[in-house]
Amino acid sequence: MALLRVEQLTKSFGETRVLKGIDFEMESGEVLSIIGSSGSGKTTLLRCLNFLETADGGSIYVDEKPIFNAEDPSLMTPKAIRHNRINFGLVFQSFNLFPQYTVLQNLTLAAMMKAKEETSDYSKQKRAINAALDKQALKLLERIGLSEKMDAYPCELSGGQQQRVAIARALMLTPRILCFDEPTSALDPELTKEVLHVIKDLKTAGNTMIVVTHEMDFARNVSDKVIFMAKGIIEESGTPEEIFESPKSPLLKSFLKQ
Amino acid sequence: METFFSVTAKLAQGFGTTLSLFFLTLLFAIPLGLLFACLSRLRIRLFRFLMRAFIYIIRGTPLLLQLMIVVYLPGIVFDRPLTKWEIFHQNVPLAYFCGALFAFVINYACYFAEIFRGGIENIPKGQYEACEVLGMSKTQAFFRVILLQVIRNIVAPMSNEVVTLVKDTALARTVSVVEIYFAASEILRLQFIIWPLFYTGAFYLAFSALVTLLFGLLEKRLSRYWR
Repeated sequence: MALLRVEQLTKSFGETRVLKGIDFEMESGEVLSIIGSSGSGKTTLLRCLNFLETADGGSIYVDEKPIFNAEDPSLMTPKAIRHNRINFGLVFQSFNLFPQYTVLQNLTLAAMMKAKEETSDYSKQKRAINAALDKQALKLLERIGLSEKMDAYPCELSGGQQQRVAIARALMLTPRILCFDEPTSALDPELTKEVLHVIKDLKTAGNTMIVVTHEMDFARNVSDKVIFMAKGIIEESGTPEEIFESPKSPLLKSFLKQ
Repeated sequence: METFFSVTAKLAQGFGTTLSLFFLTLLFAIPLGLLFACLSRLRIRLFRFLMRAFIYIIRGTPLLLQLMIVVYLPGIVFDRPLTKWEIFHQNVPLAYFCGALFAFVINYACYFAEIFRGGIENIPKGQYEACEVLGMSKTQAFFRVILLQVIRNIVAPMSNEVVTLVKDTALARTVSVVEIYFAASEILRLQFIIWPLFYTGAFYLAFSALVTLLFGLLEKRLSRYWR
């Protein structure tokens, strides 16, 4: 059974049709890379999955449960969206850490507010909940190798460190699928390496991930499946071998030659 | 005959009025400015247009003129001067003070509104989006993440505007509010002594220094987090 299934997803901005019917599915534990030139719609697809954009048509299923359907208004209420978007985590190109909070606070803030909303006797359990969240956050920081930076502010970190913190922040809410929107585009090659290393570790740990990327080596070596997008459609998809060793579409061939 | 101490006492009394005008203006202009900022960002075009036109008019005309209009226009329109309005109970100084305060509040609210609007619009879109994908509601995002960043954005321009307000209060003398400058000019008019007028500068300077210091502390406190 597919963990994520996307059916006939369409999205237009004004007259421009950015997504012209996207279909794909992925299994739990898989890493899916989405490649393609700028303007091919790959970032828009990711933003639709994370409800930052509302698709015009089509549907999205997680564990065969519909979480988005353009025809079903009951899925489009703010409450439903807030509930369903938690299935996905998103790591941005520009990190978007909260500058006024320490690394540790960046990790725990959202989880703390969620706990506050969902726990009926929060004030009584506050201490225990916060302690548990701090512990979970410290564990994650250890995993990305930034334990000693827990009290630092984002501006005191390098770009690579900031992006690793952003990854840990997304993981705090234990999303089913973690999405990355060109996570290394704002980084130099050295820092890119440390971020990709973290993503590789996550794969080993069994996380399901969708990575929009320009790093062809990464797509080739780490992903289980690659989607090549062009002009708002999935032009070609397959295993990394199929995509990189024997591309069929002329668009993909010329894209890979660049 | 005036001595240094008697002049100081008279000026200090006037400065009390200056401070009342200053603090009351801030007290009302800040929330009103926030309201104006929100209105000028509304999606409804008509509201937005009206708000921005109003801000343009207020910012585009002298505060001195606005004081005159607020204090003297009602008398002409309603055929009853401000000082005779029942709410002031024949308290003439109070009537003038309230008229001046009204003009100051409207004027400064418009300047504050533009500062607030800039402060809100300068927050990167990514901050809102990060909150959203982390499952926060709009209210949570605003109060826990966005607000402090807005405050930091506006501290420097607000400091500027507030220091200007300290000195602008001197304009209230033109509508018979006995603030410090008025007090000094009364000594000049009645006793032909000019130095008290120059002496008022010391009061303004001391108070501006205090305001600057406070804003400096606030800025320092906020920049602990940011570059």
